[in-house]
Amino acid sequence: MTESEKKGMRVRPIKHGTVIDHITAGQALNVLRILGISGTSTAVVSVAMNVPSGVLALKDIVKVEDRELEEEEVDRISLIAPNATINIIRDFEVIEKYRVDLPERLEGVIKCANPNCISNTKEPVISKFVVNKKPVELRCIYCDHVISEGIAEHLI
Amino acid sequence: MKWAFLHLTIINKFKFECSLIGMMLRHIISMRDFSRDEIDTILAKAKEFEPIARGKESNLLSGKIIATLFYEPSTRTRLSFETAMKRLGGKVIDLGSIESSSVAKGESLADTIRVIGNYADAIVLRHPREGSARMAAEYSNVPIINAGDGAGHHPTQTLLDLYTIMRESSLSELKIALVGDLKYGRTVHSLAYALSLYHADMTLVSPAQLKMPDVIKKDLKKQGASIRETTNIEDVIGDIDVLYVTRIQKERFPDPAEYQKMAGSYRITEELLKKARDNLIIMHPLPRVDEIDPAVDRTKYARYFQQSFYGVPVRMALLAMAMEAA
Repeated sequence: MTESEKKGMRVRPIKHGTVIDHITAGQALNVLRILGISGTSTAVVSVAMNVPSGVLALKDIVKVEDRELEEEEVDRISLIAPNATINIIRDFEVIEKYRVDLPERLEGVIKCANPNCISNTKEPVISKFVVNKKPVELRCIYCDHVISEGIAEHLI
Repeated sequence: MKWAFLHLTIINKFKFECSLIGMMLRHIISMRDFSRDEIDTILAKAKEFEPIARGKESNLLSGKIIATLFYEPSTRTRLSFETAMKRLGGKVIDLGSIESSSVAKGESLADTIRVIGNYADAIVLRHPREGSARMAAEYSNVPIINAGDGAGHHPTQTLLDLYTIMRESSLSELKIALVGDLKYGRTVHSLAYALSLYHADMTLVSPAQLKMPDVIKKDLKKQGASIRETTNIEDVIGDIDVLYVTRIQKERFPDPAEYQKMAGSYRITEELLKKARDNLIIMHPLPRVDEIDPAVDRTKYARYFQQSFYGVPVRMALLAMAMEAA
């Protein structure tokens, strides 16, 4: 069995859907959280973690079958996996491929780290952040609190 | 007759300028929402309102009602808003005591805002949660004026501070020392941000445990502010135009003895002022406790009571601006 065949067994090609490749090793489950894929989702999802990779040494891969993720959805992934690439697959062919890019605003993805922020109450309010890309800093539009480290810990 | 005409001209000019920046200023939430030009416009308008703040009659906001929703205690802010509104011929309604209102029944702020917005032409809000005013603005169909949201913003205080500096000193080439609790004091954070728009030379004077947070300093430097830090007020007293003093709260210090020692070294006294420039002014958002010796009140430097008066014309300008633009 060749190396590529072995690799093929590990991450089987999908017919239709989205492949998120080059995810920072260890972040695949957080990627699922960002995409809102939980144990109750009905989608066929394959997760490969700590896969050897030339670019990143180790990487995670997530494949979501029969769902083409919107750019806006996947851009949030760059919060925790800035090198991730998105492949949209139709009939086993990659019809679109792009890198994730941080959006300018994030809504309902991150919980504000300030416990006294109005977005952490029972009020009908969705967390909203303005994003600074370099360095990555998220500023809460309500209380101005800035999150710059441990962003994955604040995922909703 | 001549006076009436002049007054009308000022009001018409004001209405025109309000409409130019109306959408931007409909809600007054944070100093971050203001450009320097907008701040200058507000300060200029406040100056035009000063005679009315001193008692000259006006009906500019006749027929208008503001609601003051104060979920936390306040004396100066609430009373100066009420004074400003009433001197402009408007009326004020309030929540009464929180205990006897719908808030005690568990009503959300979002609902309260939507209900009160049906009664009043603008809402002045003080709330213990940071970001509450911004959220209220999302739900409100009338202008929200933030009168303090937790440890967050207090833009009307900052604007009256800037106005005091403009009237009693100068905002250009300003050298200012901010003294006291620079870690938790919300007024100094907003003020420092606004002063950075005027390229003020700022010295931050505080005990080590109450230094201004790094994230705020970084932000100020990004605006191009020049900032120095010291723990010793004597280092700067001879080199500044404005001394802005804030209260250091006892509860920030677990050891009362440590508080006493620290409070003594940050107390403004006549002795300390011997080294001051002639044109120095001393400001304080009030209430003060021990940080300024009452003997200083009689010196030419004291401006904190004028400062509290200036809250009235500044809030007049903001109320008029918010409601004329609605």
